[in-house]
Amino acid sequence: MARIELRDLAHAYGPRPEREEDYALKRADFAWEDGGAYALLGPSGCGKTTMLNIISGLVRPSEGKVLFDGKDVTGLSPAARNIAQVFQFPVVYDTMSVGENLAFPLKNRGLPRAEIEERVREVAQMLELSPMLHQRAAGLAADAKQKISVGRGLVRSDVAAILFDEPLTVIDPHLKWRLRRNLKEIHARFRRTLVYVTHDQNEALTFADKVVVMHEGQIVQTGTPQELFEEPAHRFVGFFIGSPGMNFLPVEGDEAGLRLEGTDIVLGRELAAQARGRSGRLELGIRPEFLELHEAPVADGLEAALTEVQDLGNFKLATVRLGPHLLKVKLHEDAAVPQARGWLRLPPTRTRLYAGGRLIG
Amino acid sequence: MGKTENNKAWFLVLPVFVIVAFSAIIPLITVVNYAFQDILGPQDRYWVGTEWFKEVLTDDALQEALLRQLVFSTAVLLVEIPLGIVLALGMPARGAGASAALVLMALPLLIPWNVVGTIWQIFARGDIGLAGWFINGPLGLDYNYTADSFDAWITILVMDVWHWTPLVALLCYAGLRAIPDAYYQAASIDGASRWAVFRHIELPKMRGVLLIAVLLRFMDSFTIYTEPFVVTGGGPGNATTFLSIHLAKIAVGQFDLGPAAAISIVYFLIILTLSFVFYNVMIRVGTGSSKS
Amino acid sequence: MSRSRIVVIVWYVFLLLPLYWLFNMSLKTNAEILSGLTLVPRNPTLANYRTIFTDPTWYSGYINSLTYVVLNTLISLSVALPAAYAFSRYRFIGDKHMFFWLLTNRMAPAAVFLLPFFQLYQTIGLFDTHIAVALAHCLFNVPLAVWILEGFMSGVPKEIDETAYIDGYGFPRFFLTIFVPLIRSGIGVTAFFCFMFSWVELLLARTLTTVNAKPIAATMTRTVSAAGMDWATLAAAGVLTIVPGALVIWFVRNYIAKGFALGRV
Repeated sequence: MARIELRDLAHAYGPRPEREEDYALKRADFAWEDGGAYALLGPSGCGKTTMLNIISGLVRPSEGKVLFDGKDVTGLSPAARNIAQVFQFPVVYDTMSVGENLAFPLKNRGLPRAEIEERVREVAQMLELSPMLHQRAAGLAADAKQKISVGRGLVRSDVAAILFDEPLTVIDPHLKWRLRRNLKEIHARFRRTLVYVTHDQNEALTFADKVVVMHEGQIVQTGTPQELFEEPAHRFVGFFIGSPGMNFLPVEGDEAGLRLEGTDIVLGRELAAQARGRSGRLELGIRPEFLELHEAPVADGLEAALTEVQDLGNFKLATVRLGPHLLKVKLHEDAAVPQARGWLRLPPTRTRLYAGGRLIG
Repeated sequence: MGKTENNKAWFLVLPVFVIVAFSAIIPLITVVNYAFQDILGPQDRYWVGTEWFKEVLTDDALQEALLRQLVFSTAVLLVEIPLGIVLALGMPARGAGASAALVLMALPLLIPWNVVGTIWQIFARGDIGLAGWFINGPLGLDYNYTADSFDAWITILVMDVWHWTPLVALLCYAGLRAIPDAYYQAASIDGASRWAVFRHIELPKMRGVLLIAVLLRFMDSFTIYTEPFVVTGGGPGNATTFLSIHLAKIAVGQFDLGPAAAISIVYFLIILTLSFVFYNVMIRVGTGSSKS
Repeated sequence: MSRSRIVVIVWYVFLLLPLYWLFNMSLKTNAEILSGLTLVPRNPTLANYRTIFTDPTWYSGYINSLTYVVLNTLISLSVALPAAYAFSRYRFIGDKHMFFWLLTNRMAPAAVFLLPFFQLYQTIGLFDTHIAVALAHCLFNVPLAVWILEGFMSGVPKEIDETAYIDGYGFPRFFLTIFVPLIRSGIGVTAFFCFMFSWVELLLARTLTTVNAKPIAATMTRTVSAAGMDWATLAAAGVLTIVPGALVIWFVRNYIAKGFALGRV
């Protein structure tokens, strides 16, 4: 168990990185607190697996340091770091039985036999693998194999952290939640540091205490699921988390407030002060959940045309046009839906301002 | 994968059947004809029954050739399979070097077999060959493959290793490349030793291709003819007279068609039996590995 | 440096030395070859190569070899494709026996077929033609082609066939426009192996030809004459027989790793 610190870390796969695009992982300082359950969330190719492999030691960063509890481990092999990692596709040793698979990491470290047996029994029970301990691992189904992979990490009492690289990709949907629940139980019991890489926000939000969002080789935000939802620090987070993602309206700052691009509509007077002197494109962000759509005119309401309403069971999703811009509004399933036109209100407490993609107010 | 029952599929197989039957069955009938008859001329033939078989089976020359053949094929497998594995493990996996290494490795396989013989003849001769000169001169050993049986054997074996180990290496290389990186990464995280990685990851994943390698090397070494014929002509004495060379000596050299045909049939039956055993082993191992 | 890396380096030296020696000799004169060992030619000469390229009995050998190799590859592929499809998709009476019988022919020693082939092709009047050698090589190349192609075809999901049939494709059109393009890497690999085994075989090729279709490898035995061995020309001819193979490998180098697994990894 350890606090994992990344100091001044950057990584490029090519030999001589020059431009920023050459880096798979851009310069970052970050710390994973001891005992935390983290999700590392981002789209494919954003650098999450690189980040994970750097923590585990499979990839040596081209710049910066990795510290475990303040000790520099940058040059150490994965085995020496005491890290466990579970991969996207289950890795089992075909020649061994389930039990031998679980015992393998301990045997390699020369633990006494009795202790190995004890640990294996314990872990097998926790992962519901006990009945198949003597079966050959080769013929098992994907979920059982993935449990074995997890188990090989858990048998070691000394691991600094267990890293998961999209571990549920090949698991049947109805087994996914069980395995995920298994992982949560394990975390609750052992308080190991867990880092869980995924591109699926549901998986991330249900698994983790803290979600780390990555985008184009950078960590753009770290927070609880709620923080990510309510205060996206970056345009990308607003867009990537939530379904559908945040609405973004391009605006221009002037004396009166923020004017919606291409229209005379003025929005967000409260935020105008923050916009002053900022460079970069200004945008207002608001979640479809927080937008209000009224049948009759309201104070601060903006007249908008309804273009589409989808009934999605427990909610309705309306698409409205404000000037040249389209916005999504999430309505309660029983909410009255205006005909053809309605009045939109952006609640000031829920409206965020972004400059150049970053949250400024 | 479930296959559909469909006897019309025979029409698709028919061209293959016709063309292979033409090359295999008609000649086989000829062989059988010769094996049971003494043919002196088109109209002048006698049924001799199993007489030729009795003659060749009790012939010391055939028994010796068979023994030599078995020793040779075993030696070939014992050297080439482990060496091929080691080479496959050591060959560069990526980068510019990988392509070059592959092309060079495959080169001996595409050299006509008699040219392989010629290359080694030129290379191993004491007077004009680099290897022959080196062993006799700087190394100070007495080496002459045209006069000494042991030297001839070693030369043929080394030549076969040079010629055919690349096939084993390339098969194993192909098997190794099919192992996902995650296996190596997991092993490194589990603290596995190099030997454990080989024993528990690489070897099991190579099982399929290794079986193909063993099969091909066994069969091809069992029917070897051209290369030793060019280098030693079966000599000195009969030291390197393997089955095929023995057969050709009798059929083409002495024109003893009856015994030659009888040997052919015995030879063919040996191969058939062995390939049947191998085939069934292959099927069993094949279905075993398809589950994993 | 790891131990296996050292083995590999030693291997490549061992692999290249005999080839270098052949090349070295091909640039020498017979006088130099017989006068003592020299690691590099004292007076490099292309005379041996000139001999080969100007003498029709030499260069026609190359043309003959290439002709029957290409013929054999074409025949093998065109008959093996439908058969491999049948084996990979259908069960039919005697399928397993048929497959096994085919494989036994791949394993049959060429020496057994020497005499019968000689008589067979003389009887039907194809003796000393390219097609005779091409057909004879089908004995081992067709079974091999069926085997390799079956491996590749089994990797193609059956649903593709079914979808095509539902879409109203007939078998020939489906096979040629959909299926064959899907396994083109397999076809490339098969062609490579057919080329290889036909190109390197000499025993049958030499037995079935005398003049008109005589392969280059057989022409090489001509170098024994009353004046002794013509080592220099022999070496040059040897170097030239390596060239087509080397070119073929160079073209397929990116498929070698996959190809040698014969679609079965």
